Amino acid sequence: MQLNLEVNGQVLQADDVWAGESLLYVLRERLGCPGSKNACEQGECGSCSVYLDGTLVCSCLVLAAQAEGRAVVTVEGLAGAGLLHPVQEAFLAAGAVQCGFCTPGLIVATHDLIARNPAPSDPEIREALAGNLCRCTGYVKILDAVRLAAEKAATS
Amino acid sequence: MSRASTAPVAPPVAPPKEGVPVQGGVGTSALRPDGVPKVKGEFAYSSDMWDEHMLWGATVRSPHPHACIVSIDITDALKHPGVHAVLTHEDVAGRKTFGLERPDQPVLASERVRYRGEPIALVAAAHPETARRAAEAVHIDYEVLQPVTDPEVALDAATVALHPSGNVVRHIHIAHGEPDPEADVVAEATYEVGMQDQAFLGPESGLAVPDGSGGVDLYVSTQWLHVDREQLAASLALAPEEVRITLAGVGGAFGAREDLSIQIHSCMLALTTNRPVKMMYSREESFYGHVHRHPARLNYIHGATTSGELVFVKARLVFDGGAYASSSTAVCANAATLCCGPYEVPNALIDCYAVYTNNPPCGAMRGFGAVQACFAYESQMDLLAAKLAMDPVELRLRNAASTGTVTPTGQKIEGPAPVAELLTRVRDAPLPPPGSPGTPDIRELPGGVSNATHGEAVRRGIGHAAGYKNICYSEGFDDYATARVRLSAPAGEPVVEVHTAAAEVGQGVATIQLQIARTELGVEAAVLRPADTSIGSSGSSSASRQTWMTGGAVKTACEAVRERVLSTAAEVLGAEPGELYLSNGLVMSLELGAVYSLAELLGDTVVEATREYRHAPTSPLDANGQGNAHAGFAFAAHRAVVDVDVELGLVKVVDIATAQDVGMALNPQAVEGQIEGGIAQGIGLALMEEVQVIDGVIRNPSFTDYLIPTSLDMPPVHADVLELGDPGSPYGVKGVGEPPVISSTPAVVAAVRAATGRALRRIPMRPDDVAGLTDRSPAGEAPREPR
Ligand code: FES
Ligand code: FES
Repeated sequence: MQLNLEVNGQVLQADDVWAGESLLYVLRERLGCPGSKNACEQGECGSCSVYLDGTLVCSCLVLAAQAEGRAVVTVEGLAGAGLLHPVQEAFLAAGAVQCGFCTPGLIVATHDLIARNPAPSDPEIREALAGNLCRCTGYVKILDAVRLAAEKAATS
Repeated sequence: MSRASTAPVAPPVAPPKEGVPVQGGVGTSALRPDGVPKVKGEFAYSSDMWDEHMLWGATVRSPHPHACIVSIDITDALKHPGVHAVLTHEDVAGRKTFGLERPDQPVLASERVRYRGEPIALVAAAHPETARRAAEAVHIDYEVLQPVTDPEVALDAATVALHPSGNVVRHIHIAHGEPDPEADVVAEATYEVGMQDQAFLGPESGLAVPDGSGGVDLYVSTQWLHVDREQLAASLALAPEEVRITLAGVGGAFGAREDLSIQIHSCMLALTTNRPVKMMYSREESFYGHVHRHPARLNYIHGATTSGELVFVKARLVFDGGAYASSSTAVCANAATLCCGPYEVPNALIDCYAVYTNNPPCGAMRGFGAVQACFAYESQMDLLAAKLAMDPVELRLRNAASTGTVTPTGQKIEGPAPVAELLTRVRDAPLPPPGSPGTPDIRELPGGVSNATHGEAVRRGIGHAAGYKNICYSEGFDDYATARVRLSAPAGEPVVEVHTAAAEVGQGVATIQLQIARTELGVEAAVLRPADTSIGSSGSSSASRQTWMTGGAVKTACEAVRERVLSTAAEVLGAEPGELYLSNGLVMSLELGAVYSLAELLGDTVVEATREYRHAPTSPLDANGQGNAHAGFAFAAHRAVVDVDVELGLVKVVDIATAQDVGMALNPQAVEGQIEGGIAQGIGLALMEEVQVIDGVIRNPSFTDYLIPTSLDMPPVHADVLELGDPGSPYGVKGVGEPPVISSTPAVVAAVRAATGRALRRIPMRPDDVAGLTDRSPAGEAPREPR
């Protein structure tokens, strides 16, 4: 089948899509957007988090066909070319990136959290990010990054 | 973190002498060179490799843990439209087996399968789903055999031999001191450790690209490019230079990428189809596709005087190596040599076995044999303290190892061994406030928003543990790393380029290499070439060794470059090279200050040096387990504070305090990151992480059922980082990555014991164990009274 969807503001087309393909697969393997990651492909790790029509989803759990005609924003689309979004800057500054495989999903999830709740408390951050696994950092610096990003957002 | 320096860094830091320190040099929290692409989603992991014409590979795996293969029929699989190749053992051109330490594992099984999930056939197809379906159409007839799944049974001489060499992969016997010492007080117990998974997030994956003339280029996530290449060349029947490997982005490793996964298979498919072939495991396949941490059963007898001096340790340790050897021999050596803990133990009698079974193969995981032993010996220290009616930290302090301590293998610890200081620091670290009585925030309680409790049966417990780990490779292994450093000024500005084969797996060795180059050459613009096999080996990103080893190689190569630059400058100036140094892009004279811009001096010349670095030699163990087997040791201590719902067996780790001697923190932020991340894995092993294997079958191969700590499970960490300087290493560094995962686990268990009064001799502790519904302690010891 053929798919048309908007990815990071651009209307893209994918041909010969098998009906069983996930949105994650189509983004990564057909549309040249491998930024969203595939650590589990069963909704457990959050590494594939994207916005679908403005809602945070695990793109591995969305059939590609369900995204037909809809707008997807991935980690690649949060800041312009050559620019960093304040959430991305915060992750770098806080040392929240090690292998970085969890990072794209965590950055989209943090982006979403701060949009919904500009000054999240510690338990709120932990709860909001509990669906995003990280195996490297022990989350300490990820929490630092979220607090830093929230501060940046508040002062900008 | 707070940083403390209680002794000077031993080796003097080499020039540059005075002058303003360069930006991003050693000792600063320089940013990662791969940080920006990683936060933008532009970093190319092995699973992101892509080629317009690529095929997808899939693996056919054994459904049985032990069986003879009667026949393999690939006819139907080949008929699938879109299938380009189906390969079996017959298609392995070279050596039919591979392995890190001994090649005992078939590339593709031919006659017998020894574990559930063993690869038997390969498929390449245009779409991954086609490949998977064709894999299901490979028909294999088996004669199913009884699996050997209990390592004690495997050790029994009457049990069928799973390999021609028998079922013992390695036995290490250590006899140290008096054969029959007498002690006033004796503590004996048996401990069990479940199988832990490394659970890196980036799946095993890579892209193999045939070069059209019989060779192949492989882009893959791995820990040691050169040991991969050796095994690939042998099994593909190619010369090493025909197999070129480039490190693709690595999504975590923790030991699980030491052994081969898709490497030989993807190259076989690529060479057969003459097309690029991508392979990528699903999470389920990943649980079958890499080795795990060895499950172990550890029986210990500790003897002490009434005043609490250790007299002896006797131990029998059995490690389940699973179906193939992997790195079991080295894991066995670590466990045996470190199994008395960081204490003065005058007499020791140790037998440590690694055995073959039909369970999934076990090998490297962060902590590598030291983890299992530490859980047991630290539990023993607590048990002994209870018998002596002593404070457990006091007992440890009384026996703490220090510089000059002789380990049970007869090796004298040469570098700093601040065990007592580390323990004192964690003991005296500020405690978290007591759990709020009255109307507690349920998010702070065990069970969290599951609303399991409002605090009625919640008890607090505190536990302490210390541990140690050998750094670098041991037992006489020729352990080295190679670096090439080039200094030039292509656009009128000096630039240093560093090339090594060190695998950046997330730990930060890429950052460290650039920091060293900046400091040594006084040049801020430093770039790292991709790690590949066109340069000599860096050894593995294992054993907490890369900062020491590849760091040492980069430093040595920089020194050679600097010497050449300074001698040129000295010639031009008519000065002595010793009067000159480099700082911030300038050639400086001790007398005159800045005398040259480095760019001007270099002009069009490129100054390049390639150097190998080796640590001081180690030696093998003799028949009594004696020898200077280890290059260095790193120490850490942990204090855990937990809240336990003693009725439901739910545990919330409230706080972890740790102290660790890192020698020197080349990048303090990265050091903290290693400490925090290691503690998370230690907490995971204490409380939730277990690959559940029943009759040789993994029952929980998914992140739904294999749980790792989330942001809700991880407590705040208070890290006290000591920089005592190791005399044998560049800048005095010690490895950082492993100690945090070693003693954090027993500290959590000790805290849960303190809260519940239960013996808890098995990890991970399950809610049933914590709540006392099961008595899983294998020894007959009565559970300890609550403190
Ligand atoms: S890949 Fe989608 S949740 Fe893990
Ligand atoms: S940084 Fe490696 S998984 Fe989070």
